[in-house]
Amino acid sequence: MASSEMKSLVIDPVMDKNPVTVQSLGICSALAVTTQVAPSLVMAIAVTVVIACSNAVISSIRNLIPSKIRIIVQLVVVATMVILVDQVLKAYAYNVSKSLSVFVGLIITNCIVMGRLEAFAMHQPVGKSFLDGIASGIGYGWVIVLVGFCRELLGSGKVLGVQVVPDALYDIGYTNNGLMVLAPGAFLLLGTIIWIQRTINDSLQEKE
Amino acid sequence: MDFTELLSFAIKNVFPSNILLASLLGMCSFLACSKKVNSATGLGIAVMFVLTITVPLNWCIYTFLLKEGALSWTGNPELAKLDLSFLNFICFIAVIAVMVQFVEMVIGKVSPSLYGSLGIFLPLIAVNCAILGSSLFMVEREYSFVESAVFGLSAGFGWMLAIVLIAAIRQKMRYSNVPDGLKGLGITMFITGLMAMAFMAFAGI
Repeated sequence: MASSEMKSLVIDPVMDKNPVTVQSLGICSALAVTTQVAPSLVMAIAVTVVIACSNAVISSIRNLIPSKIRIIVQLVVVATMVILVDQVLKAYAYNVSKSLSVFVGLIITNCIVMGRLEAFAMHQPVGKSFLDGIASGIGYGWVIVLVGFCRELLGSGKVLGVQVVPDALYDIGYTNNGLMVLAPGAFLLLGTIIWIQRTINDSLQEKE
Repeated sequence: MDFTELLSFAIKNVFPSNILLASLLGMCSFLACSKKVNSATGLGIAVMFVLTITVPLNWCIYTFLLKEGALSWTGNPELAKLDLSFLNFICFIAVIAVMVQFVEMVIGKVSPSLYGSLGIFLPLIAVNCAILGSSLFMVEREYSFVESAVFGLSAGFGWMLAIVLIAAIRQKMRYSNVPDGLKGLGITMFITGLMAMAFMAFAGI
């Protein structure tokens, strides 16, 4: 594999073909779990593992899957991976798994996973698919960790559960923005991130 | 639960805990399919239909097959001890995939024009998180059969209401002067955020 091809394979999903901000995939969980940094981090890792593993599995059996039933086959593989991740989280990180509630299960229907399987893993060898899964996971991960960081900082004055806004600031009248913890805050923040990214990189703007 | 309680439960699911605007589920197909009111209405009705059927159906599967001790109706003490609830995800998604296939066949037969306008988005309902999410909420919140039926219907109606309203705004938005960087996805996020605030206000009633 040429090194430039390798580079674009890894860099593209992180920036210019970012699954969340450019392709608008996987937005549900990007908005729902990001009230704090810790669950966002766990979610990012879980999604990366699921995409990478299911990409590798589907890619290794891609020549055996009849194209008519490929969606069902993909769903079964993804669901199996998600069950594994869910059981591991319940065993080793019970509190986080409780706070993520249904959203671990919803990785199954995360469009990034299905999108990568359909668009990439069905046609590419195992190694490349695995790498593509990792890169897509990172592209998804940095966005949701950033959103989680802003929401936790503005919404409760904390980062990873540690208070960072000094008491002195509260004394002179600063208050936490309760809206940030709720759903509208997530929409507005993600909208702002998309706006900033598209202002920096003109080629991503949508022409109507 | 009597009728008035069920009614207020349904209204709660449509407005303050709207599945799209408060639980943030079903965003992908919402973003892809909210450019025109017609197709948004079609997709909304399809989602509502699938949700109304799958949530009670998954309730039956969960209660009589998967839950701990659910198999005790077989009379076999070995089976009664089984706890298959880790199979939740895979069973629910299978039921949903089958139902979506069925709805697709029905719509294709009954209304070819609707089928044409929904096109690629119908199979996407299978991976619409609002559908799987509702079934998982039903398990997590331990609804009864009647509650889960009402939940499926009202959550689906709430989803449809939200997507139709936002599609209407986006259609008008074409005549507005939106900053370049915000066009498309960005401005939709902002509208949805404002709409979510409005829906949250119903929590006060």
